[in-house]
Amino acid sequence: MAKTIEEINERIKKGKAVVFTAEEIIDYAAEKGIKKAAQEVDVVTTGTFGPMCSSGAYFNVGHTKPRIKLGGGRTYLNDVPVYTGLAAVDLFLGATAMPDDDPRNKIFPGRFAYGGGHVIEELVAGKDVRLTATAYGTDCYPRKTLETYISLKDMNEAVLFNIRNAYQNYNVAVNLSDKVIYTYMGVLQPKMGNANYCSAGQLSPLLNDPYYKTIGIGTRIFLGGGIGYVVGSGTQHNPNVKRTEGGVPKMGAGTLSVKGDLKMMSPKWLRGTSLTGYGATLTVGIGIPIPILDEEILRYTMVRDEEIYAQVVDYSEAYPQCIPGSLGEVNYRELRSGKISVQGKEVPTAGLSSYFKAREIAEILKEWIEAGKFFLTNPVEPIPSVDSGIVFKSLKERPIKKR
Amino acid sequence: MQKKRVVLNYPSHLTDQPVISRLIKNYDLEINILRGWITPREQGRLVLEITGKRPALEAGMNYLKEMGVETQPLAQDVRWHEDRCTHCSACISICPTKALDIDRKRMEVSFHKDRCIACEGCIPVCPYQAMEILF
Ligand code: SF4
Ligand code: SF4
Repeated sequence: MAKTIEEINERIKKGKAVVFTAEEIIDYAAEKGIKKAAQEVDVVTTGTFGPMCSSGAYFNVGHTKPRIKLGGGRTYLNDVPVYTGLAAVDLFLGATAMPDDDPRNKIFPGRFAYGGGHVIEELVAGKDVRLTATAYGTDCYPRKTLETYISLKDMNEAVLFNIRNAYQNYNVAVNLSDKVIYTYMGVLQPKMGNANYCSAGQLSPLLNDPYYKTIGIGTRIFLGGGIGYVVGSGTQHNPNVKRTEGGVPKMGAGTLSVKGDLKMMSPKWLRGTSLTGYGATLTVGIGIPIPILDEEILRYTMVRDEEIYAQVVDYSEAYPQCIPGSLGEVNYRELRSGKISVQGKEVPTAGLSSYFKAREIAEILKEWIEAGKFFLTNPVEPIPSVDSGIVFKSLKERPIKKR
Repeated sequence: MQKKRVVLNYPSHLTDQPVISRLIKNYDLEINILRGWITPREQGRLVLEITGKRPALEAGMNYLKEMGVETQPLAQDVRWHEDRCTHCSACISICPTKALDIDRKRMEVSFHKDRCIACEGCIPVCPYQAMEILF
């Protein structure tokens, strides 16, 4: 018997909803049998906590007296430049933005100790940040400079808006060259000295709903310790990749765009992140509830680490040069064990996405639902799946003619 | 036999003295140099693993003190800020001594000061500035 979201919400209201994390459901459903478990279980909670570069936040900082038009001028939060190509006092801060005077990789490898992600973490922690700006001045917005402290509670709106998060699976990065390389997948030792992966595997949201049957536009989620919503599929959303028989993508596939009120979030779940030699970013905590509407949906949530495969990719040559191909396929059980075998060589593994924190998120979301504090939503619209015909494009350069 | 890991800071006038060889000869200690460098102010820094009988170790440490060499236990110098650690595990494959270790079942990372040799390998690897070396 299929359930509806409304029925599940009714049970949540009564404090009777049966909720499992994506880790717990595996053994439970195997023991109970799929049929019985699908009737009994209302929700499976997922979680992920990893660096997600296409994240950012927009703010409305309120009007000054006399007024200033930040739009079109230069504005900084703690020396990190924000995007001002909007109205007078609306700003967008990107997670990877960094101060103008940061040496970047001039002294290699750069540390990238402070960037947009760190500003977001400090703001969410309730701290004051320095808002500094220069503007060109107009008749209606005469003021030309501004220097002030500001905190989240001073602002009209502060909204986390991430255009690509929660990647459904990812590469495993290695380095075939004979020198250390510094990548967004971490520090990679020469001659395949280590392998870094970045997914919560069996706990990861989109790996538990591989065809996006329940997660869609409008889905209410755990975001950064507060409540957020799925806005739609994220950039580079690419459902048409090789999948296992169980439907699980064997490489990076779907993505989500999400938003939520920053004022309700916590610095525990939004962390400024510094990737040596690469840049600054934001680590985001996301948890998505999956309503167990029928047996098929339950079966997807039972996916185990050993059934999720990822491609081992060389980041010294193949990745930067866009040379397709993989050095081999490994599963997340192997990755989490601490070593994998690639072309006959044993390679130690390390994560960038925290499985420990992903589990904590899934557990928090479970508690919220059990306590009747979090209700599920029907998506307004599904996100594109394998039948969408989406083709992932590279940029085909067309040289600009010089006149 | 006892083992001790210490950081030695010695003033510039001692850098050309055979302090270490005397420590080995006169106190019958086994010494393993883990790291060593000269700071910009010409002070010497050594990270040693010293093995010997307890009284000999104590006598040796006293000798260093008398010579004007500052010593401090090594583990004090490497700090794991647990509140900043996300248990991502990025440092696990880098740490040579399992001072940073992981419980594979819980996927929880822990730091064991006694195993740390202050190699600094974890510093550029940790994305959350959770590892700090204080010298
Ligand atoms: S300094 Fe070296 S030994 Fe100590 S924790 Fe870091 S990597 Fe391990
Ligand atoms: S790399 Fe840093 S944050 Fe990650 S587990 Fe190690 S100490 Fe913790």
